[in-house]
Amino acid sequence: MDNNVLVQNLCRQFEDFSLDNVSFKVPKGRIVGFIGENGAGKSTTINLILNELKKDSGQVQVLGIDHTIPTVKENIGVVFDECNFHDVFTATDIEKILKGVYKTWDSNLFSQYLKKFKIPTKKTIGVFSKGMKMKFSIICAMAHRPKLLILDEATTGLDPVVRDEVLDLFLEFMQDEACSIFFSSHITSDIQKIADYVILIHQGKIIFEEQKDTLVYNYGVAKCGKEKFALLSPDDYIIHRTTNLSMECLVRDKEAFKRKYKNVIVDNATLEDIMLFYVKGGISCED
Amino acid sequence: MEIIISNRSDKPIYEQICMQVKSLIMDGTLSAGEALPSMRALAKDLHISVITVQRAYEDLTRDGFIETVSGKGSFVASQNREFIQEEQLRIAEELLQKVAEIGRAHGISFEQMTNILKLFYEE
Repeated sequence: MDNNVLVQNLCRQFEDFSLDNVSFKVPKGRIVGFIGENGAGKSTTINLILNELKKDSGQVQVLGIDHTIPTVKENIGVVFDECNFHDVFTATDIEKILKGVYKTWDSNLFSQYLKKFKIPTKKTIGVFSKGMKMKFSIICAMAHRPKLLILDEATTGLDPVVRDEVLDLFLEFMQDEACSIFFSSHITSDIQKIADYVILIHQGKIIFEEQKDTLVYNYGVAKCGKEKFALLSPDDYIIHRTTNLSMECLVRDKEAFKRKYKNVIVDNATLEDIMLFYVKGGISCED
Repeated sequence: MEIIISNRSDKPIYEQICMQVKSLIMDGTLSAGEALPSMRALAKDLHISVITVQRAYEDLTRDGFIETVSGKGSFVASQNREFIQEEQLRIAEELLQKVAEIGRAHGISFEQMTNILKLFYEE
């Protein structure tokens, strides 16, 4: 088993939205970032993997077994974008509950994390700040030493300091090579920092599944005037868009492109650029 | 071991790691047999992807600077430092010869050239 998550041809039809033939994998020991605009199908996919939503067809394997087998959840840690613990409880109360839920709950680890992230044990969750709530949710998801961490927009809405602390926590978790993280976010900078692979979903379809380094180091954005653009071979770029002043196109291999077209400016592409090209691709920016 | 990564640099991060480890080995800061941090530990400290570190270590292994023992980690290879330096000096000589040719052919003074080299060294 080389993949901690294996999704094949996953489909789910809703009235106004459908997840269409989604396939991807989360390899062991890797961090996979899942990006896409709001409503692209990120949370739907995650809920289907967790079997919280029923799939119409397709296969999902988590940690080597079918995701509908309940015991699989023993080894998964999940964090959603909101803290779902009730406001009246304290961290100590929550621990009592979760200790009963997970066989592998590690109280030492839990209190270590609480100390590290300065989470008070006697205050109720209701008075926690948003950052504290999020950190607490992540700690709770990790204290039973899962093999797989699934996070849905867990870093969205956090300030840069807390986001950095959370990334630290993720990377510490990844020191065990059997573990994987699958995390969705539309904050592409977090994913650009630590992800090994990136998956882009758009309108319920997977657009690409690629090594992050390939995206960041090979892809580029070429910019030129309309006349020069007419001379470019359509095979040399993936998508183009028109702005008021120039043409921009996303190229797969910026070095090769630079060699072929000497007078065209080619910038490095960030994940955000790439996502924007695919999502808004081809549409003129004038409208 | 000190490694400083620039996110603004045009050089890919794996190349930056690779070059810095090489110079640490060449100037003797890292000696033969010394253990390098594990890929995962380095990824954590630098806040980067494990694959990026893996690529740097693979390049270092390919160039003979480090040896990776599976299950144990990566170590500075016990190669001959002088040999590598000599080899690199030979490459530099060739390039400098070209520089001299260009300079002579186009009337660029020796001083101008050395100033440029000095600038690059101080970078």
